[in-house]
Amino acid sequence: MEDLAIRLTGQGAAAPAAARPVDLSTWRDYVDLLKPRVMMLVVFTGIAGMVAAPGALTGAIHPIIAFSAILALTFGAGAAGAINMWFDRDIDGIMTRTATRPIPAGRVAPDAGLTFSIFMAAASVFVMGMAVNWFAAGLLAFAIWFYAVFYTMWLKRRTPQNIVIGGAAGAFPPLIGWAAVTGDVSLLPALLFAIIFLWTPPHFWALALVAKTDYGAAGVPMLPNVAGKAATRRQILGYTIVLAIVSVLPWFLGYTGAIYGIAASVLGGLYCISSLEIFTRKTASAAWRGFGYSIFYLFALFGALIVDKAGLPL
Amino acid sequence: MTPEEKAAYYESRKGRNKAIGLGLAGVCVLFFLVTIVKLGVI
Repeated sequence: MEDLAIRLTGQGAAAPAAARPVDLSTWRDYVDLLKPRVMMLVVFTGIAGMVAAPGALTGAIHPIIAFSAILALTFGAGAAGAINMWFDRDIDGIMTRTATRPIPAGRVAPDAGLTFSIFMAAASVFVMGMAVNWFAAGLLAFAIWFYAVFYTMWLKRRTPQNIVIGGAAGAFPPLIGWAAVTGDVSLLPALLFAIIFLWTPPHFWALALVAKTDYGAAGVPMLPNVAGKAATRRQILGYTIVLAIVSVLPWFLGYTGAIYGIAASVLGGLYCISSLEIFTRKTASAAWRGFGYSIFYLFALFGALIVDKAGLPL
Repeated sequence: MTPEEKAAYYESRKGRNKAIGLGLAGVCVLFFLVTIVKLGVI
């Protein structure tokens, strides 16, 4: 059957019926579809939200239920990422950074990718509902919809504020982690939500400063392409300052101890210095450093929260 | 399909089938554990 294409092209619908591609995708390709690196951040911030909830470490949630919640959160986030990859396969193929993703690279057929991601999304919400509670499941379903539909399909290609509003999707994990334990939400998880919400724009805009040409070629209206690099640097600095202030609020309001307070102050100060460097030096290397630091910042901040809440020795 | 292509196809399908099997087994174990936790057995 020499008419069978050996690799998937991602253009299955346009190909003649006789040239059905052979599926050579591996399970690793499907793992890649779930954006494992993003999943790590989701898991970490979700665990932090869970640990911060009252009684989480003293029996308010059974370890197996907590594990189920984290598992559902992980695969829910992965499913949202996979739907994003399915929808963005056209522009992902144009951008250097994303061209090797499973769908644009032709390792996973678009239809198979979509089926997989919808199944994972439904399964994760179902597991969260059945094993944990339906409030957390509702939040998870809303977060998946927000990222996969509202951000990916509507916001991303329409407005340079895409990442500002869309950033809310990535801010849900601590809220869901908290809700998994308590069945509700309160001010502390709302502050954790706000921290990730405010962290997202400077994080992505630092990357967009470096990948301006890539986003421009793909027609994605990222801030540097629409408002220019100078305005983007200004916005990065502004958001970072607000973030640094908001990040110490959990301590200031008495929700956390000194470990978190000191960590938030130091990390926030360093983030401000990093953003100031982006603003003043105006170089790609400064933007790269800012992007790298932003990832470290979030892990370190939520790590400090876990240490603080768990009462672990430094 | 050449024999090499056929072998590659079977290899990738085998890997996917194993992953699906492990995933389903994992879900079964998880639901069993969740059920006995909810019943208060552990």
